[in-house]
Amino acid sequence: MSAVLTQKDFTSSQEVRWCPGCGDYAILKTVTRVLADVQADPAKTVFISGIGCSSRFPYYVETYGFHTIHGRAPAIATGLKLANPDLDVWVVTGDGDGLSIGGNHLLHALRRNVGIKILLFNNEIYGLTKGQYSPTSRLGTKSPSSPAGSFDPPVSPGAFALGAGARFIARGIDVDKDGLGAALTAAHAFEGAAFVEIFQNCIVYNEDVFRDFTAKENAANAQLHVRHGEPLVFGENKERGVAFNPKTMALEVIDAHARPNDVLVHDETNRTLAQLLLAMSPPDFPMALGVILRQPGKSFERAYYENHPTRLARTGRVADVIRATSTWRVD
Amino acid sequence: MSPVNKESESVVVRFAGDSGDGVQLMGTQFVAATALEGNDFATFPDYPAEIRAPAGTTFGVSAYQIHLGARPITTAGDAPQVLVAFNPAALKVNLPLLAPGALIILNTDSFTSRGLQKAGYAEDPRQSGALDGYQLVEVDITKLTLDAVKPFGLSKSDAGRCKNFWALGLVQWMFGRDIAPIEAWIEKRFAKNDAVRESNLAALRAGHAYGETAELGAAIPQLRPAKAEFPPGEYRGVRGGEALALGLAAAAELADRPLIFCSYPITPASPLLHQLARYGHLGVGVFQAEDEIAAVCAAIGASYGGAIGVTSSSGPGVALKTEAIGLAINAELPLIIVDSQRGGPSTGLPTKTEQSDLYLAVYGRNADAPIPVLAARSPSDCFDVAIEAVRIALRHMTPVMLLSDGYLANAAEPWRIPNLDEYPKIQTNAPRPRAADQEVGTVVFDRDPESLGRPWVSPGTPSLMHRIGGLEKDIRTGNISYDPANHQAMTRLRADKVAAVAKFIPEQGVEIGPSRGALAVVGWGSTYGAIYQAVRAVRDPRVAHIHIRYLSPFPANLGELLRGFDRILVPEMNMGQLATLLRDKLGVETVQINKVTGQPFLVSELVEEIRRQLALAVLGDAAVGRRARAGGPASGARRGETA
Repeated sequence: MSAVLTQKDFTSSQEVRWCPGCGDYAILKTVTRVLADVQADPAKTVFISGIGCSSRFPYYVETYGFHTIHGRAPAIATGLKLANPDLDVWVVTGDGDGLSIGGNHLLHALRRNVGIKILLFNNEIYGLTKGQYSPTSRLGTKSPSSPAGSFDPPVSPGAFALGAGARFIARGIDVDKDGLGAALTAAHAFEGAAFVEIFQNCIVYNEDVFRDFTAKENAANAQLHVRHGEPLVFGENKERGVAFNPKTMALEVIDAHARPNDVLVHDETNRTLAQLLLAMSPPDFPMALGVILRQPGKSFERAYYENHPTRLARTGRVADVIRATSTWRVD
Repeated sequence: MSPVNKESESVVVRFAGDSGDGVQLMGTQFVAATALEGNDFATFPDYPAEIRAPAGTTFGVSAYQIHLGARPITTAGDAPQVLVAFNPAALKVNLPLLAPGALIILNTDSFTSRGLQKAGYAEDPRQSGALDGYQLVEVDITKLTLDAVKPFGLSKSDAGRCKNFWALGLVQWMFGRDIAPIEAWIEKRFAKNDAVRESNLAALRAGHAYGETAELGAAIPQLRPAKAEFPPGEYRGVRGGEALALGLAAAAELADRPLIFCSYPITPASPLLHQLARYGHLGVGVFQAEDEIAAVCAAIGASYGGAIGVTSSSGPGVALKTEAIGLAINAELPLIIVDSQRGGPSTGLPTKTEQSDLYLAVYGRNADAPIPVLAARSPSDCFDVAIEAVRIALRHMTPVMLLSDGYLANAAEPWRIPNLDEYPKIQTNAPRPRAADQEVGTVVFDRDPESLGRPWVSPGTPSLMHRIGGLEKDIRTGNISYDPANHQAMTRLRADKVAAVAKFIPEQGVEIGPSRGALAVVGWGSTYGAIYQAVRAVRDPRVAHIHIRYLSPFPANLGELLRGFDRILVPEMNMGQLATLLRDKLGVETVQINKVTGQPFLVSELVEEIRRQLALAVLGDAAVGRRARAGGPASGARRGETA
C-alpha cells in the first residue's frame, strides 16, 4: 500500500443507525482503529454478518461487506475463505445470531479453525426484534416473551467456543478501547478461527446487564485482565489473585500479597486453565478479559489447499477426463 | 418355442439379490461389456434405502435393470425378459415385473424352508405353480462359486461374495460375449488383493464355462440382441451423476474460474459430491458442510469470492436452502442449486424417483423471488444442462436451479463424447472502469441492459469496496433503501431479469412428430425416454413429443407451439406440476397422466394413454365416452378432461 491509512479511511459514508448510546458505536470505533493500526488493506478486508443489531456493522466499515441471513455468516465466510484464502475475513454476530439460530455454524467454523475473526456482540437480549430473552440471558430475565422471567439456563459463549474446539478465545468490553483493541489486534494476527466475545451494552432492552464488572467503580475488583506469562492478579493494588485448589479442583480468590507463590500464572496455551477462567463470574470471581486461549494451529483453508491436489488450479482438461474410461469408436 | 427371442431388437435384463450380493456391481460391469459390444443401452439401478437390510428379506432386495439392443434405447425397459434372482426374496419382489414367458435364472442355494419363510413364501414357488409360464433355470450358484474359488483360501462368507461374478460369467456366455474386458477390470480393481482377485476371476470363468460346457444342455438360450447403428464418433457409457459432474467441471473450464461445490450428504444427491471430489485437477474444490443451509451459504460465499459456487441436494435439503437462495437473488450473485429429486414429502422414498420439486424450484421461496429453472432429460443430457445452468447464472448473476432426479443420477447410457472446443466460452461480467468521482455502487450495480446481470465484483478487487446483503437496496447505488418506489422497481427488476433469460435460450423444438397436430405429449426431465419411445411406438403423424428443458422462464415460442395442438397430454411423475405451470404461465389447458409409484413410466402405459387421448382429440370426448378409470399405476390423478 502506498499511503498510510487512518481510522477515517475505514469509516464508511453510511449513516449509522444504532440507538443513541448503544455499545456498538464504541466497538465500531475500536475496530476501525485496529484496522488502521494493523494497516489492513481495505480491498482485502471483508466484514460478514448475519441478522441482528450487531449485523448492521458491515455497512459502516469502508471495506468489502456482506450482510447475510440470520445465523449463517460463519458458513458464508467459510465459502469465501475457500475461494480466496488471502482475504481478511471478519464475522460480526450476536448472542442470538451466533448462539441460537446460527449455533451450528459457529460450532463448525470453530472446530474447523476457519481463518475468520468472529466478533460475538453479547448483550444477553434480542434487540432488533424488541427485547426478547436470548440464549445468553440469565435465569429470570423478564422480557416480552418471558414476562415471569426466563427459566432456561443460558449458554456461556466462551465455554461453547472452547467445547467446539476453538483455538483462540478472547473477551473484551465494548467501551474498553484498550483492552478490546488489544484482543482484536491479537485476533487479527491469529491464523485460524479467532473468537472474541464482546460484552455489549444494549441501552434500550438490557441496560447495565454487565454493570457488576463493567462499571468504573467495579472495574478494579471485578475485572481480571489476563496476560500470557503474568500472574492472574487484580484489585486496586493487585492484592487479589486467582489460585487453583487441588482439593476442590476449582479456582479460588486468594490474598496475592500473602501467598504470591500460589497465584496462577496465565498460560494462554492451556485449555484447562482457559476452561476455569471462562467459567469465572462476579460476584465470587472477577470476569476474565483479554486473550484467554491462544493455541496456534493450521487454519482450515490452509489445510484445504494443502490437501487439494492442485490448490484449486486447473491443471487437467475435462476432455481428457471424459476419455479416461473405456471408450469405443463408431465409424 | 422359447418366449425369449434369440435374436431380437432389444432385451431387458434384470439382476436382483440382497443388497450385499453385489448386484449393482454386476450390473455396471455388464453395462461396460454391453457398450463394448456396440449395443445401445439404458439402465435403472433400483436399490433399497437400507444399506444392509436383514439378508433374505424382501425389503433388502437390490436390483439392476438394463435394456440393450438397437437404437434408440431410451428407457430401461418396461418388463424384463431375463431375471437373475439370487434368493427367494429377489424372486418374490421382481416376479410381478417380468414379461410373460421371461427367463428366470434362480440361485437355488437359499431356497430352503428358512429362506422361503424370510421372503414371505408360504410354499416353494417352484412347486406352487407361481412360476408356470416362465422359463426356469435352476442353478446352485452359491455352491458352484464356492467350488470354483476353493483353491484361493477365502473364508466361506468371502468366497460366497464372488457369486455375482459367477453369475456375470454365465450371463456373458448367454449373450455370446467374451469375458476378457471383465477379467481386465477385476485384475485392476483387486490388484492388491491376490486372494480376492483370483477368486473373482475363477468365479467369472467358472460361470462362463458352465454355460459353455452346457452342463444343462440347451436349457439356457443364447441371446443376440441387435447391434445399434450409432452416428459416427467416439463413445463412452455415462451415468447421469457423472455427466452432471463433468458438465459442471466443463462449465468452470469454459468460464475459466474455479468451481467450489458445497454439499451435505443426502440420497440420491451424494454421488455428485463423490464424483466432483475426484476432479481437483480440473479446478474443482468440494466442501462437505455441516448442514444443508451451510452448504448453500458456503456456495454463496464462494461465489462472492469469485468462484462458481454450486450446492446440491434432494428435495428436503433444497427446502432448507430456500432462505439462502433468496439472499443470492437479492445480492445478485451467481449460484447453482442441483436438486436430485426423490419421492416425498418429508423423507418420503429416498431411493425412489419422482419429479415433484418443480413447484419448489419455480415458486418455492418467500416473497417474489424468481430464479431460472432447468431440467436434464437423460444421463448424458446432464452434461449440457450443467453447462447451460452455469452460463445463465454468470450472465444474469442469479441463482439457477438444475433439476435432476434419482433415476437420472444413477441411470447410464452410451454418450457420444462432445467436442468441448465447440462450446462457446462462458463470459463473466466485468465491471466498467470507475471514474474518479463515481460512486462505487453505481459501478458494482451497473447492470447489462439485455441480461440485467450486474458485474461480478469480488473482495480483493482494489477500489471497488462495497456492501451487499439481504436488505433491499437502491437500484442504482446498491445502498440500503426502504423507499417504496425503489422496492417496486427492484422487485420488477428481479422478475425482468429472469424473464430476460428467454432472450438467450433456444426456441422450443419438437422431439418427434409434427409442429402442429392433434396431440402433443409434453414432458420435462427424466420422463424423456419413456415419452419418446411411447410416441414413437404410436407411430401417428398427428402426435408430437415436446420436451421442455427450460422450465422457468419457458422458451418464448412455447405458448404458440402448444396452441398448435388440439390436445396436450402431460405425463409427470408428480400430481401435475408442469400442467399447473403451463396453465399459470401460458394459459394452456392440458390433460394429465401422473405416476408417483417411485418407478419410472413404462412405455406401455404411456402408449395406452396416448392412444386414448388421441382418440379424444380426434373424435371428441362425447364420441369416445368418458371412462372413469380407477387406480392403476399410471392413473393416479387426472383432470381437465374436457375437450
